[in-house]
Amino acid sequence: MSHPASIVVAYSADRYGEAALEHAAGLARKDGARLVVVNATLGSSLVDARFAHDADIAALRDRLVADGLEVVVRHDVVNDVADAVIAAADQEQATLIVVGIRHRTPVGKLLLGSVAQRIILEAQCPVLAVKPAG
Amino acid sequence: MDLLLDGFQTALTPENLLFAALGVLLGTAVGVLPGIGPAMTLALLLPVTYSVGADSAIIMFAGIYYGGMYGGSTTSILLNTPGESSSVITAIEGNKMAKAGRAAQALATAAIGSFVAGSIATVLLWIVTPQVADIVVTLGSPSYFALMMLALFAVTAVLGASKLRGFIALFLGLAIGLVGTSTGQARLTFGEPLLADGIDIVVVAVALFAIGEALWVAAHLRRKPLEIIPVGQPWMSKEDWGRSWKPWLRGTAFGFPFGALPAGGAELPTFLSYATEKRLTKHPEEFGKGAIEGVAGPEAANNASAAGTLVPLLALGLPTTATAAIMLVALQGYGFQTGPTLMDDHPDLVWGLLASLFVANALLLVLNLPMAPLWARLLRIPRPYLYAGILFFASLGAYSVNFQAFDLALLLVLGILGFFMRRFGIPVLPLIIGVILGPKLEEQLTTALKISQGDVSTLWSEPVAVVVYAVMALLLVAMAVAGLRRPAEPPAPSPQDEKELIER
Repeated sequence: MSHPASIVVAYSADRYGEAALEHAAGLARKDGARLVVVNATLGSSLVDARFAHDADIAALRDRLVADGLEVVVRHDVVNDVADAVIAAADQEQATLIVVGIRHRTPVGKLLLGSVAQRIILEAQCPVLAVKPAG
Repeated sequence: MDLLLDGFQTALTPENLLFAALGVLLGTAVGVLPGIGPAMTLALLLPVTYSVGADSAIIMFAGIYYGGMYGGSTTSILLNTPGESSSVITAIEGNKMAKAGRAAQALATAAIGSFVAGSIATVLLWIVTPQVADIVVTLGSPSYFALMMLALFAVTAVLGASKLRGFIALFLGLAIGLVGTSTGQARLTFGEPLLADGIDIVVVAVALFAIGEALWVAAHLRRKPLEIIPVGQPWMSKEDWGRSWKPWLRGTAFGFPFGALPAGGAELPTFLSYATEKRLTKHPEEFGKGAIEGVAGPEAANNASAAGTLVPLLALGLPTTATAAIMLVALQGYGFQTGPTLMDDHPDLVWGLLASLFVANALLLVLNLPMAPLWARLLRIPRPYLYAGILFFASLGAYSVNFQAFDLALLLVLGILGFFMRRFGIPVLPLIIGVILGPKLEEQLTTALKISQGDVSTLWSEPVAVVVYAVMALLLVAMAVAGLRRPAEPPAPSPQDEKELIER
């Protein structure tokens, strides 16, 4: 293959993001694909728990590289998280996007838009939704 | 003593207890959020004073004032972003402690130290305030004029980094204070009848604190999120107690007198406390890496100085911090004659306030130790929601002053002024104090000159006035000498300054 396949994973610093990352890393290893980790934030609140700390991102990258994977990390402040993931998938010509999904209450759905839902609906490539175990 | 017990009676009624609890909760919440301080909160709440009794409102305001101090230390420690200038020193060691996994101990020593310092300072306040008021009440207009000049001078020139910026702010404030026809002739009204009554201080305060800040945040909305350090329940080991109690007491000793001077402010005492603890510590190797003394001392100094600023406020009617300035506005809004006679004319109110400080302090300790993780969660609120709410209440507040749309236009103009003041690093405090004290200064000057039938020498005819002018002269000389000593200071703002400008 002239161009290695790319897998984009929408990573958030919680167990949903971890589940997506682990699954994506497993697939990338099997297919010999590049792994593109996207961890983005709107930057509109002072603290965003799902935006990983710089040190954690570095550790994550080291771990994946040590695992023998080709890894690209996009760790940015963006205007829209879902758009950022989709844009990353388009630019990297991804064959798959992996997202972690969570169960949400009706009120939660009403108040806040879902990043995972928008990625699933708007992406140009297949999207794999992953749930954490348990 | 009877007065104090009466005060507790006022403060401990269920209604006022509720207002005190509301005040400390609100105060802590706004203290935790950088950019939103107790001064802005009080400004936004000023319209509330129209419908609530004077004692309840003042008690709530005192709770917000104390609560803001507590909240600020939480942000300093967990985020390394001081909510207020007075918590800057706390951030130095506090954040290092948190990074070393001792956030819980840092928060505990800050909270307990604040409680200890606040309690001691409140007791000192009970003793000192009536005596100062008794002395001041015998002073004539010339002395009072001199004291106000000192307060304006000190707030402008002694506090804050840049004298020039301070004086720009002061004169802007004095100019805004001139607007109106209070002297019988129209000044700076530009022929606009709606300006004849002057610009309401509520509009000025809300515009500068709330609108200016909201515009500033809107201009810097997207920022990389800060890396917060997760924290559990604050607690301290026996060793931490042993290392903390002396710094608490020394911090109180620094904080209260500095706060009580007309040149108040918490920056100087917190810094002095930090320097002292660094020198006296038995663990010098820990300083710079997270020494508990470096949190305990400055936090105590910070709270003691906050209590101290109430001495000039209640005994002289002189505010020296932005929050105290807004409290003074609230008192004036109720029609009280602020100044040395306040304690005699309204003992129930003043002693109710003094007693409620003690209550607020105890409430804060009870609330804050268990709730620290919850407060940290506040930082996750998306700012657009937060500031939309602030803008709404700001507009509502400004409009409800006179129910005139003109005030909203003023609000916007002054808000834009506030934005540019932040942009160019001009402090807000001298402006707001200038607006409040300017007219009073003029009033004292006219009274003095009327009594002396126009003889200017009356201004230095009283011993107190002479002493005050001498102090001002000394300060000037000290500043000049300090300026000459380090003439080669780099004029361009360092990256540190730039950061400060952004994060205020």
